[in-house]
Amino acid sequence: MKILVCISNVPDTTTKVSFNNNNTEFNTNGVQFILNPYDEIALARAIELTEGGKGTVTVINVGLVDTEPTIRKALAIGADDAIRINAAPSDSYFVAKQLAEVAKSGGYDIIMCGRESIDYNGAQVPSMLAEVLDYPSISLIKKIEFTGNEAQIDREIEGGKEVITVSTPFVVSTAEGVAEPKIPNMRGIMSARTKPLQVVEPVAVETLSSFTSFEMPTPRGNVKLISADEPAKLVEALNAEAKVI
Amino acid sequence: MASNNNEMTGAFDMSTSESVKMVANMAKDFAEKHIRPDFMIWDEAQTFPVETLKKMGELGLLGVLVPEEYGGAGLGYFEYVAAIVEISKVCGSVGLSMAAHNSLCTGHIMYFGNEEQKRKWLTKLCTGEWIGAWGLTEANTGSDAMRMTTTAVLDGDHYVLNGAKNWITHGKSGDVAVVMVRTGEIGDSNGISAIVVERGTPGFSAGKKENKLGMRASETTEMIFDNCRVPKENMLGEVGQGFRQAMQILDGGRISIAALSLGIAKGAYEAALAYSKERHQFGQPISNFQAIAFKLADMATRIEASELLILQAADMKNRGVKMTKESAMAKYYASEVCVWASNEAVQIFGGYGYTKDFPVEKFYRDSKLCTIGEGTSEIQKLVIARDVLR
Repeated sequence: MKILVCISNVPDTTTKVSFNNNNTEFNTNGVQFILNPYDEIALARAIELTEGGKGTVTVINVGLVDTEPTIRKALAIGADDAIRINAAPSDSYFVAKQLAEVAKSGGYDIIMCGRESIDYNGAQVPSMLAEVLDYPSISLIKKIEFTGNEAQIDREIEGGKEVITVSTPFVVSTAEGVAEPKIPNMRGIMSARTKPLQVVEPVAVETLSSFTSFEMPTPRGNVKLISADEPAKLVEALNAEAKVI
Repeated sequence: MASNNNEMTGAFDMSTSESVKMVANMAKDFAEKHIRPDFMIWDEAQTFPVETLKKMGELGLLGVLVPEEYGGAGLGYFEYVAAIVEISKVCGSVGLSMAAHNSLCTGHIMYFGNEEQKRKWLTKLCTGEWIGAWGLTEANTGSDAMRMTTTAVLDGDHYVLNGAKNWITHGKSGDVAVVMVRTGEIGDSNGISAIVVERGTPGFSAGKKENKLGMRASETTEMIFDNCRVPKENMLGEVGQGFRQAMQILDGGRISIAALSLGIAKGAYEAALAYSKERHQFGQPISNFQAIAFKLADMATRIEASELLILQAADMKNRGVKMTKESAMAKYYASEVCVWASNEAVQIFGGYGYTKDFPVEKFYRDSKLCTIGEGTSEIQKLVIARDVLR
């Protein structure tokens, strides 16, 4: 079984966000980048599915050379090899088209993605990728097991779950709970240095979107605590200060 | 790599390879996931988290310096220091246990054990299957270790051990201990030997567990030897070489405790820096006041100076150069900065810092061990002075 796991290089979860160029561009100055936590879940499950010689895991990233530490981390966690498409990921369509270009000739049985990347949270790439490849697409899966070339997949839906059977090849995006993210061990870190990391040049793709402006949310105001014994004060504050009643 | 928000980077970034950063990130991930949720519970109850330590073994954090052929990671002191720093930024107790396991027990067997001994014990120590202890100090011989009174007398194929070792990290939970014993006259530097004692050996037991100010989740107990018969093949190196071996082990151990100190200092600093930006008084963040800003500037400067001293000693150790003075300088300076910076962090937090709701209270308590354990600051100054006055 050949699994391709799509990974993103995203700002650390504790990043203080700011913008450049008249609020049209994320300011990366001083920002530490990490492997997208949702992609770590997909990667962990891919490694579990191929354990014991049952297959291989390739990770793929659309990014410039500065994403290689993140790719190396994925290799340290247990991916067998990696591909970096040498381009800045300008939007979801661009990324999906680039991934598809490599994926279509790779003979992969499954393409796994995290549910979304934690930078722009678009959650669009998995479905777009499947569409471009003309593969079945199953989003937000909670469980995946295999029998031969068929996968049994649980998908969470409101009030219950959907059980799906699908034949390879297909694309999935993984929800939390599919697998526990793995922390790389020392041996993994050392072997990651010598695992294959192939760099391929991007294909020409039309840019379909651009950012007009980013806005920061309004800062939260100070919390005012009112004793439960004084409901009149609460009503007064909601009326006069918060002006919500 | 540039610094992110409140996280202190600094000297390591000047010289470290990608693998050092990956090891640091791995240790950080581990600490956040497996240590941060419980460290205050362990501290309150004085629980030694053996299972957490064993998980660290699975990741290779308990045999960082040991060659791969014996089950270790085969890495150098830069990676080792980076890992201890990240663990200690979250919990000094676990950092201390990691440091003691790696550099004392495991390190002693790695440097002075024969092939058979290495294969027998290192493989289990590196994976965390066994936890290691190391016994030098006694109730009446701390800095004056040469006057130790625990004896080992040869009787046929065994040495018979009698006496007690105090302040031993993992003295109860350790599965194996390297013990310095008297095989010659008191005061004779050739009268001390190092021998390995396995848990379960008749006559080997744990005594009092210390109730400590800090480092409360790192187990510290007495080890008692009462007519404990140990196979003579458990002797490490030549009979009579134990004291010299122990001094060499402590040279490396000083780097460990310096790294532990650096981690605690960074943890306290980062907590204080973040708090100073969030805490408002007189209508503005307290970081706007020079009284606080200057404290943070001093903390950052001294922490980076500590880091550079540690890097110097680690570099020399990696190159196999004698670094007794440099490791003593790193340990002395970093541990004193650790205590000072933790104190300043509590001061920046004010009343909140005096409570257990914020981490600086624990950093403050944990920090004090660093100027005492594995050679007090005064002993470090003696070591440094002896070298510079030579």
